Amino acid sequence: MTDQLPLYQLRDLSKTYTRGKESISIFKGLNMDIQHGDFIAIMGPSGSGKTTLLNQLGGIDSPSSGQVVFEGKRIDNLSQGDLAKWRSRNVGFIFQFYNLMPTLSAAQNVELPLLLTGLSGGERKKRVKTALEIVGIADRAGHKPRQLSGGQQQRVAIARAIVADPKILLADEPTGDLDRATADEILGMLQQLNTELGKTIVMVTHDPSAAKYAKRELHLDKGEFVERGKTS
Amino acid sequence: MKQLFAVIGMNVRSIPQRAGMSIATITSVAFMVAVLLGFLAMANGFEKTINGSGSDDVAVFLRGGSQAELNSVLARDDARLIEVAPGIATDENGDPIMSAELYVIVDGIKRASQTEANLPLRGVQQQAVNLRQNFSITAGRMFEPGSAELVVGEGVIREFEGFELGQTIRLGSNTWTVVGTFSTGGSVFDSEIWTDLGVVQNLYQRGSSVQSIRARLTSPEAIEEVRAYVEGEDRLNLDVTSEREYFADSAGGIATLLKWVGWPLSIVMAIGAFAGAWNTMYSSVDSRTREIATLRTIGFSGFTAFMGTLIESLVLALLGGALAILVIYILFNGNSASTLGGGFTQIVFSFQVTMGSVISGLILALAVGFLGGIIPGVRAARVSLLAVHQN
Repeated sequence: MTDQLPLYQLRDLSKTYTRGKESISIFKGLNMDIQHGDFIAIMGPSGSGKTTLLNQLGGIDSPSSGQVVFEGKRIDNLSQGDLAKWRSRNVGFIFQFYNLMPTLSAAQNVELPLLLTGLSGGERKKRVKTALEIVGIADRAGHKPRQLSGGQQQRVAIARAIVADPKILLADEPTGDLDRATADEILGMLQQLNTELGKTIVMVTHDPSAAKYAKRELHLDKGEFVERGKTS
Repeated sequence: MKQLFAVIGMNVRSIPQRAGMSIATITSVAFMVAVLLGFLAMANGFEKTINGSGSDDVAVFLRGGSQAELNSVLARDDARLIEVAPGIATDENGDPIMSAELYVIVDGIKRASQTEANLPLRGVQQQAVNLRQNFSITAGRMFEPGSAELVVGEGVIREFEGFELGQTIRLGSNTWTVVGTFSTGGSVFDSEIWTDLGVVQNLYQRGSSVQSIRARLTSPEAIEEVRAYVEGEDRLNLDVTSEREYFADSAGGIATLLKWVGWPLSIVMAIGAFAGAWNTMYSSVDSRTREIATLRTIGFSGFTAFMGTLIESLVLALLGGALAILVIYILFNGNSASTLGGGFTQIVFSFQVTMGSVISGLILALAVGFLGGIIPGVRAARVSLLAVHQN
C-alpha cells in the first residue's frame, strides 16, 4: 500500500523565523512529492532555505504551517519523542562536517543507530561490518575520526547513515568540505547506493557538479521550487 | 539502556578533551572532601582515644562542683572515708584498689612545631596501674616511690621531645629521670607523665592534698551504692562518676566541636566545588553541542543526553572524592597528633579515617557532582537539533 504512495508529500509547507519583531519567511506554500528510489539534488543560493527544507524532511525542525507526510502519515505534528523514534527507523543523515563522535572508533560510530534497535551485539557487529564494506572502509574500523582523512570520515558517516537500513538518506552538502576528487568518490558512492540498493536520497548542495549525480535537480529560489533538467 | 551506556561512555571518554577544567573540578572536590575527612579523622581519633580511656567499673571522685581534676582538691580524710565505702573492690590482701592522684601541668616541647605545650604530670599511688585498662610498661621499669623518677606515656614520647628512656629532664625547678615508658593501648593516659604521688606533693608543695581519687568498683552497677554512700556521708562533699562518664563529659565535647567545624567548612568549600563542577559541565555541554544534536538527530533521547552529562559530573566528583580519600588516608590515617583536652593539657591521639567518614566524604562529593551536573544536563537535553549543522 505505502509503495504506491510517494515516500514524501509536502503540502503547502511554510517556514518563517522571527528575529525580534522581524518575521523572515524562508519559503511559503511549498508542494513537493518524493518518490521511492528518487535521488534529488536541492540547489539554490545561500539563504534560499535548502537546509531548512532538509530539516523539515528529517523531522529535526517543524514547519510554521503546512504538512510533511511520510508514507501517508503526517510527521509534522508528532511529539519530540515520537519524532526521535521515527527518525531512528526511517532516516539516515549525512552532514557536511561528518558529525562523527570523536571518542568513538569508526565501527562504534557506525553502530550508534543500531543501539536504538533491539538487535543483539553479534547482529550489530555483522551489520556494522557490512556497512563499512559497502563504503569501502572496513580496514579502518578501529580508527578514531581524527586518524581518518575527510573523505574517509564521510564514508564512515555514510555507513552510519545506511547501517539501520533507513528509507531515506538526507545529505546536507555532503561534499562541501572535500576536495574535488574525494567529492566525486563520495557522490559516486551515493549514486551507487541509489541505483544498486534503491536508497532514496535527498541531497542539498550548492555545487552544480555534485548535483549532476542526482536523478533530479530542484532549485529553490525565493521560496519556490524551480525544477530544471539535469546540468550535464 | 544500550543508548544510555553508549552516551555515558562517550561523555566519560571525552573528559580528557577538557583536561584543564576537569582537573580543576576534580581538585576543588578533592580539597572539599579532604577538609571534611581531615576534621572527621581528627574527631574520630580524638573520640576513640577518649572512649578508650574510661572504664565503667572505675569511679572517679572529685570535690563537689569541680567538674575537672584541675579544679578539685581532696583531703587525706576524704580518701580514708572512701576506702570504706561499699562497692569498692579490694585486692587479694583486702586492700581497696584505689589511687589518690595529684595532677599538675608541666611544659613539653612539641617535636613537630618546636613550641611549648602543656603536659599532665600525674602523681599516682601504686594501685594506679591496676586502675587503667591495658596498662603495661613498654620499656624500662616503674618509678621507685619517693624518688624523682618518671614513667612516660607512649603518646608523649611520640609527640614531645626530651622524654626518651634514661633522659634527665627539667620540669619547672625540678630535675627528673625517665626510667620507663608505658602504654594503656592508646587511651588518654598515654598522653601523661606519671610519678610517685608523694614526690609531686612535696615538690609542688601540696601538703597531703590530692585532686582526684580513682577506685575500682566491684561492678559497674556499684557506682550507685558508692553515690548513695557519699551523699549519706556528711563529711564528704564529692562528685562521683564512672571514669567513662568523666571522660565523655570533660573531653567528648571537643570531638563534637571538631565535627561542627569540619562540616560547615566543607560545605562552604562545597559551594566552590559546586560552582566548578557546574562550570565544567556547562563547558562540556557547549563543546559537545554538535555531538549531542547529532545523537538526538539519529534518534537518541534527550534523557540520555541529560544522563550522560549528569554521570560525567558524578564521575568527576567521584574522582575528586577518591583522590581526597587516598591522600588523606596515606598522609594522615594513624598519624599521631595532639590537641588541648578537657584538662587544659595535650591529649595525644591518632587520626582515624573510618569507613563512616569515607562514606560521608563520598556522599558530599556525589552531592556536588549531582548538583553541578543537573542543570547542564537539562541544557544538554534541550540542545536544539539544528545545532547539528554547526561547524
